[in-house]
Formats: sequence, structure tokens, C-alpha cells
Amino acid sequence: MQDKKEYIIRARENFNINLTELWQYRELFYFFSWRDIKVKYKQTVLGMAWAILQPVAMMSVFVLFFSKGLNLSTQTLPPALFYWSALLYWNLFQSGLSHSAESMISNANIIKKIYFPRLIIPASSILVAFFDFLVAIFVFLCVVVYYDLTGQLPALHYGRLLFFLLLALFVTIVTTFGIGLFLAALNVKYRDFRYIIPFFLQFLFFATPIVYSIDAFAAFTNLKYILAINPISSAIVLARSGLSNEVIEYPILYISGATMALFFILGIYQFRRTEDYFADLA
Amino acid sequence: MKPVLEIHQLSKRYRIGGKKERYLSLRERLSKTFFTGAASTTNFFLALDQVSFEVAEGDCIGIIGKNGAGKSTLLKILSKITPPTSGYIKARGRVASLLEVGTGFHPELTGRENVYLNGSILGLKKQEIDQKFDEIVSFSGVEMFLDTSLKHYSSGMQLRLAFAVAAHLEPEILLIDEVLAVGDAEFQKKCIGKMDEVSKSGRTILFVSHNLEAMQKLCPKGILLQNGRLVADGNINDLITTYLATNLSHEKFYDSSSMIRYLKIAQVEDKIQLIADYETTIPFAIPSLGFVIYNQMGHPVVGYNPLMESNSKMDYQYPSKGRVIATMTQPKLLDGTYNVSVWFGSGQVDFFEDQNCLQLAVQAMTSLQQMDTKLVGHAAPTCHCEFLTR
Repeated sequence: MQDKKEYIIRARENFNINLTELWQYRELFYFFSWRDIKVKYKQTVLGMAWAILQPVAMMSVFVLFFSKGLNLSTQTLPPALFYWSALLYWNLFQSGLSHSAESMISNANIIKKIYFPRLIIPASSILVAFFDFLVAIFVFLCVVVYYDLTGQLPALHYGRLLFFLLLALFVTIVTTFGIGLFLAALNVKYRDFRYIIPFFLQFLFFATPIVYSIDAFAAFTNLKYILAINPISSAIVLARSGLSNEVIEYPILYISGATMALFFILGIYQFRRTEDYFADLA
Repeated sequence: MKPVLEIHQLSKRYRIGGKKERYLSLRERLSKTFFTGAASTTNFFLALDQVSFEVAEGDCIGIIGKNGAGKSTLLKILSKITPPTSGYIKARGRVASLLEVGTGFHPELTGRENVYLNGSILGLKKQEIDQKFDEIVSFSGVEMFLDTSLKHYSSGMQLRLAFAVAAHLEPEILLIDEVLAVGDAEFQKKCIGKMDEVSKSGRTILFVSHNLEAMQKLCPKGILLQNGRLVADGNINDLITTYLATNLSHEKFYDSSSMIRYLKIAQVEDKIQLIADYETTIPFAIPSLGFVIYNQMGHPVVGYNPLMESNSKMDYQYPSKGRVIATMTQPKLLDGTYNVSVWFGSGQVDFFEDQNCLQLAVQAMTSLQQMDTKLVGHAAPTCHCEFLTR
């Protein structure tokens, strides 16, 4: 008899993340993401173009109403880029969050029949949102180059822009992952969350500097620190600063960094602590 | 040699509320927190109660028990889907569980894509799927439709494809739950053949099924579960006998939520008589009592439905509380023990259905010499011979 790995199945007592096991299941992670991406654009005529069309349509509306209509300030940036840079990250957050929060329920039939580290499911639904993001940011960068060539972005420095965009991406992904896991775990037990989440996202949309800039409130200078509690605010500030080369107020980043880490730890903790019982509850 | 599975004092407890408690809503949880005691009483239900046994390498173990005896819970714990409340399992070797065929099949993906997805979910590496792909496809027999979306497949084709993937798993320990419950006879035969092959190749199988015949064929050994407890283990034939003897009676009572209150089946001289007491609030055209008699292996022997012949009294008001006595004079059954399923309805709608709810013992129903039912079947024919010269 070959030396077979011996292991024990019992009720889990202490919390552990078990990265080795996650690594063993990397292929399944790949297949789940691949499935979701494939399925998402099956039987659509425009296919992946939707990943671009949605934010562009949204941006056009914003430019028309907020910038041209209401004359809201877009700092030194062209309105289109001002809104688009924010929408890129907001869309990643929004679609990643709503899909990962719903993911345990929509995959309940698999969860009940097969074991694998449950973390794979919400993680792969965020990857799907990330895939859309990649398509969208590619087009976005093309547009940035166009604006640069026509001289509308005088302060643009590509190295800085890329670095800031990546940093913003990191902040967004980690935040989405943390909150997404937290909500996914709660959603299994309390289905109320599927009603709370859309409302919560809508509220957050206005509480995030998307249609305005973070320091737009001259009367309440401290408001920006409150807005920074939402790490997505910082992601947007970073992306815009990458385009305009304006200085970022570091306290904003510190606050966001701290809440991001908090959400991440809380999310993983809550998820790992309850995941064993998902099959009984889902 | 150490056993591949050591199951030690395994228990699984579920919480059951006064009503269904599949999941809580936040409101219930909050109201429970604030008004303690006011909320519904929670009870605990032991799906598994201190179960211990060992499985040696290469064993094929059949798990027998009624619905709700804890068979599926045991497999779920073994496959790590849900953790035990107490006790532990020591496992040596890669476990693959097949609690359903086609887990994770997605209707929008093509057959080819689903093979990869399903294979990966079942624990195959991509490389392994690549290697076995042709084999899987030819086993399934859906080569023609590999690049068609699964939603255009017939259910039979989906099943074949799903089973083809599952059949190519090569774990050291394989857990199988009721996969044979689906599919037609040919499919089931194929499944059993494949499982037989797997067990002969020295792998360990734990097999749950209500198909006792298949179990008898495949598994020399087994365990018998009753209300979460392990009541017997050992030779499968003994277990089947115990199981059939302990679980069924020739009569059964039901509570007031059921339209049927009492059922009884018995042999009366050379006839079989099924008695059903019903109580109903809905008026109906005919109190129609149907039944099917199965042999011990679960194969139907005879079945009856009063609608097959119109023996209802038209324009007759049947009582709301009454008794139906169905008497079967033909065919005669050979000696043995049979299981009976009963249906009761208005002729249009079935209000009551209870599968394998009664047991019927038949003895000397026919004057014919008793023959081996395995060879001649269960029904004794009425037959005449004429002898002529030509």
C-alpha cells in the first residue's frame, strides 16, 4: 500500500485560512471564473462590448447632466475622463460585490453536493467583474492617449498614471473581496441581505465621489475624511490624481487603507468561520 | 493494514424549529434576541447518532436504511460537505463523492465545456481531463453534439454525459448516493457495470441506494442505519433481510393530516386484500385506491388502479368517511415477502401516495408447486394444456 495522506474530518474548532488547500484547488477557481465569463456573454450579440458600452453610456449621461447641465466642477480634468475614471472602479466594486454576495446562493446546488474551499466561489465572481474591468480600462487608456495627444491632459505622466491606476485597482479588489465575502456569508443565513445590498449600493453610489470630487464640499472640509471611510473613494481619488497629477492628501489614503484592511480581515474571518455550515443552510 | 476509513462516534445534529427553519430571516433572529423565549421552540434532531465503523481498502460497502435514516448525511460528512457535530473520521486516500450526476452542469455551456467544468468540480485535474477526454466522450455516446449547448440536449443525453465524466474518476475512495435512481433501465445497467468494474479494480466504494438488488450484486458487505444509529453491519444479505423485516408491517396507521388513516394488506385464503380507511372533506367522484406490489428487490410484480376498469357507481355519493376494500383474485403470487406502494385519489388527482409502505407475506396462495421465484417470476399463471394427436 502506497503511503496515502491521512487526514481527519471533524468539527472545526479553530479558525484557519488554509492557503495550501486553496492552492490545491486553483484549477477549480479557474474553471468557475471561466464558466461565469463564458456564460455571461453567451447568446449576446454585442458580447464583451457590453463591458465598455455600459460605463460609456453612464459617463455620457453624467457629462450631459452634471457637467454640461448642472455645471458641476470636474477639477482640471475633461469631464468625460473625470467621470469615466470613477465609473471604472465603481463598476468593478458594484458588480463584484453584488455577484459575490449572491454567489453562494446561486451556486447552492453545487455547494450541497461537492466539497471544495467555498472561498473559490465569491472569489471567482469578483474575477468576472475584474475581467470586465480589464476590457473597459483598455478602452479607457486608449481614450486617455487620445486626450493626451490632443493636448487636453497637460500634466499627464504615464508612469505615474499606471502606478496610481494599479494602486486603485488593488484597493478596489481588496475592498470588494472583503465586503463581498462578508455579505456572501451572511446572505446564506439571512436572506434579507439580497434586499439590502441593492439599496446599500445605491446609497454608496452617492456617498462616493463619483459625480463630484472628494473636496467639492468647501463648507465641510472634514467631509472628505468621512467619505474616505469607503476605500473606493480613495481608489477614485488615486485614479483621478493619476490623470491630473494633483497632489493627494495622505490622510485620505490612510483612512481608506485602514478600513480596507478591516473589511478584508472581517470578511475572511466571517466567511471562514461560517463556511462549514453553508451546505446545511443554503 | 490500516483501514482506509475509520468512522469514530460520528454524530450530526440539526436544529429544527417549530416550523420549517431552512434559513432564518434577520427579523426572526432579532426577535429571538430581544424576546427570548417568545419565539418558536427549537428542537434538535440527530441525523447521525454515535456511528462507528471501519472500512478496509478495497471494500465495497452498501449503506442500507429508510429515508431519513442518515445515509445521505453520512456521505455528506465523509465528503466534507458538512462537518460532524461530534466524532471524527480518519481517512487515508483521496475521496471523491458522487452524490448527484452532473453537479455543476451549466445549460448554456456546450457539452465539451461541461465535461471540463464537471470534471473539475468532481476533482479531476485539467490534465487528467485532457487525457481522458476522448474516452469520456465515446463512453457517453454524444460525440455528435459536443459543441452544442447543453440546454439542447435531451435529458437522457445529459445524464449519459454526466455519468461518463463521473465514471472516469479514479479516487481511492468513492462515495455514491442514489445515482441509480435516475435514468432508464439501460442506463442503470451501465452504471452498475461500471461500478462493478471500479470495485474489482481494488478501490473502496461506499454506496447508498434503495435498489437492494443492485446493492446485493455489488457490495458483499454493508451497514444498516436506523434513525441515525448503526444497528447492524456485516454480510449484505443478512442486512437486507433484517432491513426488510424490521421496517415494514402489513398494516400502517396515519395521523389526521393524511387522507388515508389506515392501511392493511393481507392474504385472505387465496386472495390478496387491501383495506384502506379514508376520511375526506372534499367530495370526489370515485375513491380510487391503487396499489403496486413489488418483490424484495424492488421490481414491480403487479399493479392495479380501479380506473382501469370502470367499476365506479355513477351518481353515487360516496361517504366522506369510508373504507375501500380491494380484493385481488388474480394473479396468484408465489410464496415470499412483497412490498406494497399505495395511492389514493379522486380519480383525477392523487391525494395520497406512500411508496413501499406495507409488507405482504404470501404463503400457499396457489396450489401449484412452489418454484424458485428467481427463475420463474412471482406470479403463478392459470394455464391449460390440451393434448392432441397429429
